Amino acid sequence: MSGSAILLQLLNGLASASSLFLVAAGLSLIFGVTRVVNFAHGSLYMLGMYLAVWLSAKFGFWASVPMAVLLIGVAGALIEITVLRRIYKAPELLQLLATFALVLVIKDFALWAWGPEDMLGPRAPGFAGAVAIAGGQFPQYDLLLIALGPLVFVFLQVILKRTRWGILIRAATQDREMAAALGVDQRRLFTAVFALGAALAGLGGALAIPREPASLEIDLALISDAFVIVVVGGLGSIPGAFLAALLIGVIKAFCIGLGYSKITLAVEFIVMAIVLVLRPWGLLGRPLAAARGAGSVEPPLPAFGRKEILALAGLAGALALVPLADSGYILVLLTDILVFALFAASLHFIIGPGGMLSFGHAAYFGLGAYGAALLVLRFGAPMELALAAGPLLAMTGALLFGWFCVRLSGVYLAMLTLAFAQIAWSVAFQWDSVTGGSNGLIGVWPSAWLASKTAYYLLTLLAGILGISFLWRTLYSPFGYALRAGRDSPLRAEAIGIDVRRIQWAAFTLAGVVAGLAGALHAFSKGSISPETLSVPRSVDGLVMVLLGGLHTLTGPLWGAALFTWLEDSVSRGIEYWRAAIGAVILLLVLAFPQGIAGYLRRA
Amino acid sequence: MRFARVFAALVLGLGCAVAQAQTITIGELNSYKVFPAFLEPYKKGMELAVEEINASGGVLGRKLELVTRDDGGTPGDAVRVAEELISRERVNVLMGTFASNVGLAVANLANQRKVLFLASEPLTDKIVWENGNRYTFRLRPSTYMQTAMLIPEAAKLKKKRWAIVYPNYEYGQSATASFKKLLSQAQPGVEFVAEQAPALGKIDAGAVVQALADAKPDAIFSSLFAADLQKFVREGNTRGLFRNTAVFNLLAGEPEYLDPLKDETPEGWWVTGYPWSEINTPEHKRFRDAYQKRWKDYPRQGSVVGYSAVHAVANAIRKAKSADTEKLIEALKGLEMQTPFGPIVWRRIDHQSTMGAYVGQLTKREGKGVMSNWRYVDGAKFQPSDEEIRKLRKD
Repeated sequence: MSGSAILLQLLNGLASASSLFLVAAGLSLIFGVTRVVNFAHGSLYMLGMYLAVWLSAKFGFWASVPMAVLLIGVAGALIEITVLRRIYKAPELLQLLATFALVLVIKDFALWAWGPEDMLGPRAPGFAGAVAIAGGQFPQYDLLLIALGPLVFVFLQVILKRTRWGILIRAATQDREMAAALGVDQRRLFTAVFALGAALAGLGGALAIPREPASLEIDLALISDAFVIVVVGGLGSIPGAFLAALLIGVIKAFCIGLGYSKITLAVEFIVMAIVLVLRPWGLLGRPLAAARGAGSVEPPLPAFGRKEILALAGLAGALALVPLADSGYILVLLTDILVFALFAASLHFIIGPGGMLSFGHAAYFGLGAYGAALLVLRFGAPMELALAAGPLLAMTGALLFGWFCVRLSGVYLAMLTLAFAQIAWSVAFQWDSVTGGSNGLIGVWPSAWLASKTAYYLLTLLAGILGISFLWRTLYSPFGYALRAGRDSPLRAEAIGIDVRRIQWAAFTLAGVVAGLAGALHAFSKGSISPETLSVPRSVDGLVMVLLGGLHTLTGPLWGAALFTWLEDSVSRGIEYWRAAIGAVILLLVLAFPQGIAGYLRRA
Repeated sequence: MRFARVFAALVLGLGCAVAQAQTITIGELNSYKVFPAFLEPYKKGMELAVEEINASGGVLGRKLELVTRDDGGTPGDAVRVAEELISRERVNVLMGTFASNVGLAVANLANQRKVLFLASEPLTDKIVWENGNRYTFRLRPSTYMQTAMLIPEAAKLKKKRWAIVYPNYEYGQSATASFKKLLSQAQPGVEFVAEQAPALGKIDAGAVVQALADAKPDAIFSSLFAADLQKFVREGNTRGLFRNTAVFNLLAGEPEYLDPLKDETPEGWWVTGYPWSEINTPEHKRFRDAYQKRWKDYPRQGSVVGYSAVHAVANAIRKAKSADTEKLIEALKGLEMQTPFGPIVWRRIDHQSTMGAYVGQLTKREGKGVMSNWRYVDGAKFQPSDEEIRKLRKD
């Protein structure tokens, strides 16, 4: 790279850093105070873009920006008041499920309101052209962005450090309960913070329209970037977010400038993994104060009584008899449900009893699928062997990634699992000669004696029952009790001689193997696999299943998997805006049964 | 009285059952929520074709019915949906899919379940070559074909230094590989000085444009589309990348991707696309009038694909005089038919139709992007040799 190229790429990096920071700052604020992992932040950004493009046709670009900011701020406040406020008392991950439902609803709303075509906004009047810098042409608007990022940063710092309201926010970020005890009105504070965070997302979106079109894919593309920035910077730290945005924006620009554009698939996740391994709380973050009071310690999971065991055995028996009644599509659907039930059960194993939140569990599902498919296609292994040995690849992955992950906790741990999943995904996506690249591996079918729908269904049922009962049995073994002790009270567990990390590492690996088995079963039921099996949306689906069913029950994940898969299958057939419909159903369930379906049934 | 009512109900019920037995069903699955910009017009095209066919008495005296499903945009869900269409809806033919990985997964399932699959939209070369199978046919011109269609114009310019930008997944990768191979053959000594492969939908346009400019290319080959294309065009315009550089861009002339560019439309780019307002052949005029009358909207590239795919199924059934899968496969091989783009043939050797594309240059007219200087390029002429294809297909 020449000197002028270096300078111009540095400026490019700074411009993207500014727009990344605007979004990440809002997300960080919201998390810091309310502890809500707001999946819908990217959706608010997307709404901001659509609103700004739409309004700028009538009122001009510069007028559209404050209007979009205001509207998105109000939308944020409404979301907080109508949805989130009702579920702060629920297990903390439930808010995540609610915001995921909002993502679905907002996406379909945008499709309904503005149609399917991308909408390229106007250039910013006054900043439409380019200036000559170092022999190149650099957009004036990007210079404006470079200045705006630090300006918003300073503005936020002044609010947080110099105003009474800012002091309250900082107090709540550090210790929510203490702030409440000192008479801070939490309800108003939470609503205001959520509105401010949303407004920042809206600002980021509105300011992005001179650079990129409003499109329906932007929400999910953006949310992962924003999460990475927030976590690399340290949750709740605005200076951290600023620093992380600079770091990642500039690194990305230089990857492209140096001709390594392919690495942009995963570069921010590689950076995040490195930062988290070296600094478990991000660049400028601090360990989170443990939440106090009820809800932080879960009641111990009761073991199944005779009645429950009989009921479950009866259910398994009934499932085994289904092929007598119908040998058609119902078996295909049930096979899918069983595969996802096994996947969800393995995820529940580490999130619930293990206390380790994972955003990247699909990595092990996908590794199992790839392991099985590679054995068949590249080594000519028989299908039965591949099914049994495929999960070993998942185990290897879980052993390797788990070793790093168990050193962290909370959202940091979750984000590290996400980083590893994304890295595994990009390897599968890019390594054409082995993994088949973006198309994946095609032509992995079961052996002849298992090829019929009935035979494969029964195989899946058997594997599912074995896998799930193995996990459940493990929970009531000394190992399982040690795992739960490590979750509920790591200090005491250490004191009585339990090596908490080791136990967690083993649990992580076990869950990985079972997820890998689910993945291998999935591969042979579909005949082909692609990188989508280890992508983030697949991980999120697993999380939704677990939370929908109820985190603190054993059977919850199974009901959640069944309900979610069945919903997707039936709703997508009959309803045009099926995504919004699923989102609405999840929202209703969240508000009606904050403990999950199985949790509700248990209490009822 | 009561007897009469029961009798009427019985007759009606029987009538319905008979009618149902007589309809021929196309089971269509596509990623309607993931690629709505392309697939909404596509669906309208299909529906128009079905209405036309049924208004003129159906096929073989039977009504044609279209059952559409959302495939969720992932291979796993798509396979489940296809299974549902096969075993619950008992469709006669499977049709549809958009992304390469979904298309390949469904093609593979069709082979396993021995059902005819007409892949209407996926562009991947593999669906008719490496992963081609007896049960899969594909309508649209492939990535290879569309790339090859641009080569004559690219070679004519005698530009020496080429830079390439493509979305980093199979479509962009194979477009790039084909382009390099074919241009090197047509113009020995050509140099490829830079290659940028941003992730699909996530192009960092400023940095990419800057990196391309640093390589000082004479010409650029791009296979970007949708949001990536729009970002690339705006940054490139602002930074003057296209001022002295010839640009070739696959697909950029398709209304789905061209229309959002409006006054940003770059002048003089060579593209493949669909200049719907200017094609005045009788077959296209008839289609365009019918489409605009039915939907009060103009046709997009997707409309033509959906419309022609349904007609292909109807034509195959007429030729086979049956909806039986094996007979349909034989009928499709070598089937000649009319489309809004003109006559096409379904090739025996690889089950690819010879539907072509329009090659032309972009220009701005009244603040909108249009294609000028365009001509129709027949897909039959842009194919590798039969020998190469046989080697790839392994069958």
